[in-house]
Amino acid sequence: MIIYHPILGPRDAQEFVYLGDAGLIDRPDGMTAGVKAFHDYLYNRDNPAGEHRELWYHEQGDRSWLVVTRDTVTHEITKVELARDVARARGRAK
Amino acid sequence: MRYSGFRVIAEALTGHKGWKPVWRDAAPQSEYDYIIIGGGGHGLATAYYLAKEFGQARIAVLEKGYLGGGNVGRNTTIIRSNYLLDGNEPFYEFSLKLWEGLEQDFNYNAMVSQRGIINLIHTDAQRDAATRRGNAMIMHGADARLLSRDEVRQMYPWLNFDNARFPIKGALMQPRGGTVRHDAVAWGYARGADQRGVDLIQNCEVTGMRIENGRIRGVETTRGFIGAKKVGVAVAGSSSKVMAHAGMRLPIESHVLQAFVSEGLKPLIDGVMTFGAGHFYVSQSDKGGLVFGGDIDGYNSYAQRGNLPVIEDVAEGGMALMPAIGRVRLLRSWGGIMDMSMDGSPIIDRTHVDGLYFNGGWCYGGFKATPASGWCFAHLLAKDEPHKTSTAYRFDRFLKGLMIDEKGQGAQPNLH
Repeated sequence: MIIYHPILGPRDAQEFVYLGDAGLIDRPDGMTAGVKAFHDYLYNRDNPAGEHRELWYHEQGDRSWLVVTRDTVTHEITKVELARDVARARGRAK
Repeated sequence: MRYSGFRVIAEALTGHKGWKPVWRDAAPQSEYDYIIIGGGGHGLATAYYLAKEFGQARIAVLEKGYLGGGNVGRNTTIIRSNYLLDGNEPFYEFSLKLWEGLEQDFNYNAMVSQRGIINLIHTDAQRDAATRRGNAMIMHGADARLLSRDEVRQMYPWLNFDNARFPIKGALMQPRGGTVRHDAVAWGYARGADQRGVDLIQNCEVTGMRIENGRIRGVETTRGFIGAKKVGVAVAGSSSKVMAHAGMRLPIESHVLQAFVSEGLKPLIDGVMTFGAGHFYVSQSDKGGLVFGGDIDGYNSYAQRGNLPVIEDVAEGGMALMPAIGRVRLLRSWGGIMDMSMDGSPIIDRTHVDGLYFNGGWCYGGFKATPASGWCFAHLLAKDEPHKTSTAYRFDRFLKGLMIDEKGQGAQPNLH
């Protein structure tokens, strides 16, 4: 698989480490959200067959976190964003 | 028809005219007491034990493709019970005991071969861990032996014992572990269930669940609505897709695991061998092919095929351990979809919907669990309480902090 890094261009997926569903960006505040909400965040997944937004870390490259939109049935990648931009767009400070 | 040596001789003398189809190709009835979704190893075993051990009737197995077309026919056929943790070991030992009597029980040749499994050791720390694991196994009634370097050398003198990074220092052995003809497991359970009146319904995909007032009423399928008092889901690999019909999100990611077989060779490996440090394990089939595998590809996938980097990685592991196979050609590689759970252990439990039960999250260890999984799931379906060996496999273990994490990796499914 080739991941089109927004800054570095096409990179082999082997250079990356995979974390999982991009929903992991939206971490609830553990103190206020409550145990159930934090449990759902940490353990439960949509796990779709089809389009999936997911976090990849460019460990053997520029060490940036990316949000990759990929089809889990065909492995086709349709969108790659810097996780930083995605997080900011969702209201996170960084 | 009962299979026996006498029957084979009698059929040979009469032109093999007496063999009958092994199961009926049933059409769905309008209602059942039990519907099992998933005609793989676990689903068929569940139906078999429901009918045979728990005396239940009016049972159907719904399969979207053909019986045994998923992971039960895609694994590397290994059986073992070499687990460490209390939540796991009694269950897997129960499973191994069921394997030992399985062929007599369902009167089908599954080629159960207890050829022994060894896990290689390379460091003192690994030997300590293996000793602890072996003791845990023995305490739960399983068998384990710690092998010295010389004992391993006697078994497999051609291994690379003096690899600079991972010299072989010994192994943990479970002599009762081994291999089983995996397709025959599905067929044997299917035949046994069919003989006891279970309807095995193929090409019947579940497209929805009818739930009224918090209770399951039946399932919508590509062959129409089928009513049921209880529904058990055993579709590992596709669990998230099926349980979404009941509005559930699961602590599971689907990942692809690849397996490989080489061209046929003369007898080389008479048992099963795992090289954990090199992410590689291998056995040799009765036809002579080396059957081997390694890690999952590592990212969510519903494609029943893997990518090349893992093939390279597995081949490197094999070469590090067994330089002698360098010119052996790969015959086939294939992939199956795993339910990778958040702690690496399975779930056999009720759901928030009355009458709807779930069996899944087997990661890449589901095949060896097939008999006990079927037995325990049938127990849960029939009696509404878990079998004593599967009490830990609950959905709420993540909420309560009771994870069964053999590898200690945390909520990171691609590392289990």
